Amino acid sequence: MDDRRLESIIGQLLQAGVLFAAAIVLAGGVLYLAGHHADPAAYHTFVAGGANIRSLSGIVQAVAHGDSVAIMQMGLLLLILTPIARVVVAAVGFLLERDRLYTAVSLIVLVILVFSLIHAG
Amino acid sequence: MSSGGLADPLTALEFTAVVFALSSLAGFLGALTGLGGGVVVVPALTLALGVDMKYAIGASLVSVIATSSGAAAAYVREGFSNIRIGMFLEIATTLGAVGGAFLAGRFSTHALAVVFGLVLAQAAYQSFKGLSGHSGAVECDKLAARLRLCGDYPVNGSLQPYGVRNVPGGFAVMFGAGALSGLLGIGSGAVKVIAMDSIMRVPFKVSTTTSNFMIGVTAAASAGLYLERGYIDPRVAMPVMLGVLLGALLGAKVLVHAPVKALRIVFGVVILALAVEMIANGLTGRV
Repeated sequence: MDDRRLESIIGQLLQAGVLFAAAIVLAGGVLYLAGHHADPAAYHTFVAGGANIRSLSGIVQAVAHGDSVAIMQMGLLLLILTPIARVVVAAVGFLLERDRLYTAVSLIVLVILVFSLIHAG
Repeated sequence: MSSGGLADPLTALEFTAVVFALSSLAGFLGALTGLGGGVVVVPALTLALGVDMKYAIGASLVSVIATSSGAAAAYVREGFSNIRIGMFLEIATTLGAVGGAFLAGRFSTHALAVVFGLVLAQAAYQSFKGLSGHSGAVECDKLAARLRLCGDYPVNGSLQPYGVRNVPGGFAVMFGAGALSGLLGIGSGAVKVIAMDSIMRVPFKVSTTTSNFMIGVTAAASAGLYLERGYIDPRVAMPVMLGVLLGALLGAKVLVHAPVKALRIVFGVVILALAVEMIANGLTGRV
């Protein structure tokens, strides 16, 4: 394991993650438009949506009920997780390289990211 | 240009189609000019379609993650990016992004629009000028050496070593780049390149590719707060994310054959017009 190999693994992981997430967003989008294509698109004034798009538990519950908006949001959530997965893989890679300094650096970044996400959970 | 008071709103299908088309174009031009798509998507949504800033920056933020992660494999193959520089500076960008995202909730929409306009004006300037590298290699200074930030990159088929300097200066500017990203839902790639290229004197190619890598992680740091506040509404974000991603992938494909100089000027004019419109609308309270 060296830096170049590590970066190559990370790059492929990210690309696969994005395509997977995009496929779920697309599937949710098709479902949503099939059911709601004639709804008015009223986004002039911000109104925070419901739990089905604002918390992990809410999204998962709504997906289980076949809520198309929540399925799109699940795809977007997976997309948000791709860079976080990237940091995890980098931390493991640096650990395998026995690079303590950069294992620690990666873990600091990971803590900041997880803190931000958990705050939203 | 503002259609905020339309009596007859678009249907969801029409809205999705228009936003998808605009976002594809933004992603395409963003990839060709190296400025990213987010910086045009937000004004396009708010000014042309009257979408509230908060939905717009939420949608932009996810599209920024999509382009960053989607392009990563291609960039890595070229062997330019420096994972240590990226990871180390991400401490600064993610902290900045969390702070910026907190602030976004306290700013009024009008104030956000004005700040966004100023960032657009800077992007327009950079588009006219063209992002270009500083010449002349530097020695690896003490702190950079201790952090093992100096590396090598391919030049004409062989690996050439490079030095890095002024890590604290770069770190500070990266914090600012992160804060802007969290505040406005953009990648702020241009500021990241300035921090690495101009301040730390990292070679330009290494700076731009490492910046692309960092953009996704930075954006992810504010995504949680955006999600919790409801800024990320999938009915708006879906066509934006899919459009920008498609546009960016196409843009990367034709990049080699594109008349980049002419595009930069056209793009610069468009961005400048959007900047003026954004600031004017923010000041008069129409956005």
